[in-house]
Amino acid sequence: MSQNNQKPASDNLVISMEGVSKWFGEFQVLKDINLSVRQGERIVICGPSGSGKSTLIRCLNRLEAHQEGTIRVDGIEMHERMKNIDEVRQDIGMVFQHFNLFPHMTVLENCMAGPNWVRGVPKAEAKERAMAMLTRVKIPEQADKYPSQLSGGQQQRVAIARSLCMEPKVMLFDEPTSALDPEMVAEVLDTMVGLAESGMTMICVTHEMGFARKVGDLVVFMDEGKIVERNNPTDFFDNPQSERTKLFLSQILSH
Amino acid sequence: MYADTVIGDKLIRKPRFLLGLLAVAFIAFFTFNMADTIIGEFLRPVIGEPKESGLFGRSAAALVLAILFVGNLFVISLFPIKVQIGIVWLQLLLLFMAFFYSFDLKFSFIQSKIGFMITQGLFTTLYISAVSIMIASVIAIVGAVAKLSNNGVAFAIASFYTSLFRGLPLLMQVFLIYMGLPQIGYVIDAVPAGIIALSLCYGAYMTEIFRAGIQSIPRGQWEASRSQGFKFGLTMRRIILPQAVPLIIPPTGNQFIAMLKDSSLVSVIGVWELMFLARTLGQKEFRHMEMLITAALIYWCLTMVLEVIQSRIEKHYRQKGAR
Ligand SMILES: Nc1ncnc2c1ncn2[C@@H]1O[C@H](COP(=O)(O)OP(=O)(O)O)[C@@H](O)[C@H]1O
Ligand SMILES: [Mg+2]
Repeated sequence: MSQNNQKPASDNLVISMEGVSKWFGEFQVLKDINLSVRQGERIVICGPSGSGKSTLIRCLNRLEAHQEGTIRVDGIEMHERMKNIDEVRQDIGMVFQHFNLFPHMTVLENCMAGPNWVRGVPKAEAKERAMAMLTRVKIPEQADKYPSQLSGGQQQRVAIARSLCMEPKVMLFDEPTSALDPEMVAEVLDTMVGLAESGMTMICVTHEMGFARKVGDLVVFMDEGKIVERNNPTDFFDNPQSERTKLFLSQILSH
Repeated sequence: MYADTVIGDKLIRKPRFLLGLLAVAFIAFFTFNMADTIIGEFLRPVIGEPKESGLFGRSAAALVLAILFVGNLFVISLFPIKVQIGIVWLQLLLLFMAFFYSFDLKFSFIQSKIGFMITQGLFTTLYISAVSIMIASVIAIVGAVAKLSNNGVAFAIASFYTSLFRGLPLLMQVFLIYMGLPQIGYVIDAVPAGIIALSLCYGAYMTEIFRAGIQSIPRGQWEASRSQGFKFGLTMRRIILPQAVPLIIPPTGNQFIAMLKDSSLVSVIGVWELMFLARTLGQKEFRHMEMLITAALIYWCLTMVLEVIQSRIEKHYRQKGAR
């Protein structure tokens, strides 16, 4: 895999953030964020807790509203008067820290719901697609179980399969492995690596350095709502520029 | 409740507790002079004429009763818990029956009326309650969504409604609807008026139940749903409500049981339900007690049946939730 910022991506911008700022009341969470993501690019966002990582990627599908600057997803500007938010969201897959599977539906139903309910895919085809995606995340045999019957790692893989069933243009991951027991982290990361290798555009909030080195095109370091440093993974980890980054890296390496 | 895994000495095995209990029972029975009752008759050989036995007779009667009472508890405590529950229920039931018997009831009168009380009274009570709880549920969903929305007008209407209908006595609401609606030119029959009053009142209480149920579904469910492009209505219908309903059903069952008895209030506007029949059927022959007791027993049996059904439903959802 290339660790070069430019190579695997085409020039097609999937996401662009220009001068984005956001406040929670008086408190400014995001400060003048500029970031663009081309098709096929994999961005890894890291930074200390509370630095605004989740808020940033939640602004991308407008689970949160930003107040200044512009955000474009696939060329469509995200703003409060937009009429087609639901159509835009269909193209943005999101994987949450706590999986957020629908507990009253089986694994298969979780995966079929999106395509069948909002994409207009007929049931039989949605089921076929769901099984294909569950096979891809290596748990087709769990299809008829309920989420609570699965381990954390399995649930997160179902969540990834559920997003994939919508055939999104970009996938957002918000600390997908931080709620998992250590022995389950690898299975989820493997799934994500496989996804990266298939050419999916991905924005991942994660502190998994191995993952970042392996598939990341760009690592973005955030602190106090600002992007403090951005670099290719090799340089980012081996040769950090700012003091803040060095401190952060020493902290996540020390345990 | 939490069951302790280490069992201490049973209270009832401690002599001090037994003596204390005996003393309390004695004082209680002494206070309500028991020598004048059937107990006094039994003790006639010992205390002589109960009426003239004075303090001695009164103490003797109280002592005998207190010993019987404590002895009974002690014997019961020797059985396994299921048997204990059965015995105590049976004894309390017998006492309750004895209370009814003491009214010198005319059972032939009850027998002649009970058929009508069930076909007309019980049927109407059930019918009014069932229709009302359904309408109330619909009101409650709409009210809960309105209360949770950020639409000012919807919130204002919903909160005014719940405040008003939870703030007025149900009896007053029944009167206001039955006699108030004709004032604005809309004459209404007693049954629909009763159903409207019950629906509106219980809809107001249930709005809070539904609101709490919907609110207890974690935010992550909304986010997972909306982030896939599901619209608000779809999310509500297919994701949130299916999870909220199992939480809403047990308290709604309680409301239904409560409503069943509150439906007796619509008897005041002449709906021929259980309570109305209990009052009117007995009037002609001055047999009020018979009819009241019959109606009371019907209400009670009905409630017990509903409680069993409710606990079955709760168990069903618990099992579903535990998977
Ligand atoms: N809904 C909210 N209301 C107010 N403050 C919030 C809200 N969500 C997050 N914050 C604050 O914004 C900051 C950034 O949060 P977040 O984006 O979750 O950080 P991270 O994901 O990097 O840990 C934190 O200080 C947090 O307390
Ligand atoms: Mg976060």
